[in-house]
Amino acid sequence: MATIKPSGYSKHRKKQTYTRRLGTRATPMQMLFSERVGGMGALILVIACLPLLLSNNYQYDVAITMGINAIVVVGLNLLVGYAGQVSLGHAGFFALGAYASAILTTRYGLHGALALPAGALGVGVLAYLIARPILRLSGHYLAMATLGVGVIIHIVLDREAWLTGGPDGMYVPTIEVAGVPLYGGAIWYWIVAAVLILTVWLALNLIDSPIGRALRGLHGAEVAAEVAGVDTTHYKVMVFVISAVLASVAGSLSAHFSEFVTPDSASFFHSILFVTMVVFGGMASTFGALIGAALLTLLPQLLADFSGYEQMILGLIMMLVMIVMPRGLLPTLVGLARRRQREARS
Amino acid sequence: MVKRLSHALMVAGVVGAAVGLAASADAQEDPIRVGSFLAVTGPASFLGDPELKTLEMYIDRINGAGGLLGRPLELIHYDTGADANTARTFVKRLLDEDEVDVILGGSATGTTMAVIPLVERAEIPFVSFSGGVVVIDPVKPWVFKTPHTDRMACGKIFEDLQKRGLTKVGLISGTGGFGKSMHEQCVDVAPDYAIEIVADETYAPSDTDMVAQLTKIKNTEGLQAVVNPGFGQGPAIVTKNFTQLGFDVPLYESHGVASKKYIELAGEAAEGVRLPASALLVAERLPLDDPQRPVVVGYKTTYEAVHGPGSVSTFGGHAYDGLMMYKAAVEAAGTTEPAAVRDALESLSGFMGTAGRVTMSADDHMGLDLTAFRMLEIRDGDWVLVE
Repeated sequence: MATIKPSGYSKHRKKQTYTRRLGTRATPMQMLFSERVGGMGALILVIACLPLLLSNNYQYDVAITMGINAIVVVGLNLLVGYAGQVSLGHAGFFALGAYASAILTTRYGLHGALALPAGALGVGVLAYLIARPILRLSGHYLAMATLGVGVIIHIVLDREAWLTGGPDGMYVPTIEVAGVPLYGGAIWYWIVAAVLILTVWLALNLIDSPIGRALRGLHGAEVAAEVAGVDTTHYKVMVFVISAVLASVAGSLSAHFSEFVTPDSASFFHSILFVTMVVFGGMASTFGALIGAALLTLLPQLLADFSGYEQMILGLIMMLVMIVMPRGLLPTLVGLARRRQREARS
Repeated sequence: MVKRLSHALMVAGVVGAAVGLAASADAQEDPIRVGSFLAVTGPASFLGDPELKTLEMYIDRINGAGGLLGRPLELIHYDTGADANTARTFVKRLLDEDEVDVILGGSATGTTMAVIPLVERAEIPFVSFSGGVVVIDPVKPWVFKTPHTDRMACGKIFEDLQKRGLTKVGLISGTGGFGKSMHEQCVDVAPDYAIEIVADETYAPSDTDMVAQLTKIKNTEGLQAVVNPGFGQGPAIVTKNFTQLGFDVPLYESHGVASKKYIELAGEAAEGVRLPASALLVAERLPLDDPQRPVVVGYKTTYEAVHGPGSVSTFGGHAYDGLMMYKAAVEAAGTTEPAAVRDALESLSGFMGTAGRVTMSADDHMGLDLTAFRMLEIRDGDWVLVE
């Protein structure tokens, strides 16, 4: 089989992290180009400057949808890209978060700011209960099981019309903070931006922690990771729950922002779309996931003018990227840049 | 900070809007921008495709005849694939970026409901082509719709039962979206016609045999008729099983199966089955003095001349009605100013469309009554008007 890399738990200093060795100080330049400092800085800069280019509600809408998708995809990337576990059911968790917000606020009069964590907590518990048995499976079986979870959630939302409004969906009231309704692109842009930055920060820290190393270890070779003393089931369940909770939070935000939820948000195709964003941007790369989410949200809007051909063009672009850049957009580009640099130096 | 920023943006938006209004006032030769979002691809494409073709065809014809108020119409259309979130984004685009004067669209109830908060806030007239009662009940000031509802289909069936002196009805309904919604409406509306539901069975849309449910209905004491709210192939199987079991009461199907496909699937078993349907289905068979005849025959011939014989569907008819209502409202108002057009739409009276005679009011934004449906019976493998 393949070589085991990178390490899970190693007590030897020389193999601690993949960016820099423990005990050696990073130079300011290295800091600047690292994901945690340089990447975060670039992300915050982009988010802060983007509103200068947005002139109306529609453009804000696209930017906000990008952000909401990015939150889900960053979480899903932890599961798919780092832990190497496939999930074809994350739209189900997204929809559960959305419906939790919708139902708790409309039917039980709970404030939106409380409904969001309540929904996230519920989804977290559910994901934990599901994950324990499901994550014993691997490969196609795991994909099938998560697919099943997503489909069941979709059916329940579709059929239990007394609670969910059935196939036609239900309205969600706007959140009010101190008597001021939160409505409009500008306000929601900053709310989603804040949550996205927090999500990316959490994801980057998680990846660079012992948990992240354990995850990469079990991705590389599960048996070897177990031999090295990593409780693989524990970590798999943990990252599954984290990604489900992030999807739920994104779902709640999307429900309040769009003021409407339908069972379609739990559909199989929506799950596929999330996984596609991870793969398109680049697996095991948080910023790749961001770029994947942004591009795949933006492209259908840009292509809408080629009416009748938009699906074909979109398909063609995706095929080309996957053929030319099988590792995904960002990792391939970064790899290219690194090679150039090395060649220039030698 | 955030609040102050949003305030500044809001002020900027208001100023922008004011400038925009001033600019549009002096540009009379501008085209009238008609926005549309339809499910041309995806699971509901059988709705969106004829609707878009109809809009394109008739907007061309109106432009060929000199446009509306001397201004040409311009159609701006986006394909939603029947996804509610896509529909929302595209409607924002229609409202904010394309700055349309009216929105005609929304093939399905889900996509229509998703965009209602947006058009209500933007205060732009919106004529929907979707079926659900929820779209106009309760009434929303800026939202209108053209198709009849499943509640009316139930009403039409029960009215026909009443005429025949039948009161005890067995229901066998599909559990898909259509069957489920119509079942609820039928149960709800039954007391108004003094109809008693004595049996109530269901089947899944993918079931291939309904003998068990029908046997149970057949053994119900005092059964006088069977009604089958459903869509797709299920009703054809019900019809076949119904004949096999030798029922001696009439069978009513819903408007959901009002197509030649149903007669083909059910074969001889369909003989004698009654169903409510749009006048468009029997356009040529309407009596010559029927006031709706010129409209439906006209639409059918025009559509089939371009898209081939037998291609016409009631769904395209809904789009035709929406466009023509908007045209009538603009002509009545003498302007495309949204508020005036909305008032004109609301006071539309005696407008004849493919769905029936439309008379809107402040508390009815559909304006159709039961005459919108025609009761048909299947005889010798073809539709026959009952009345």
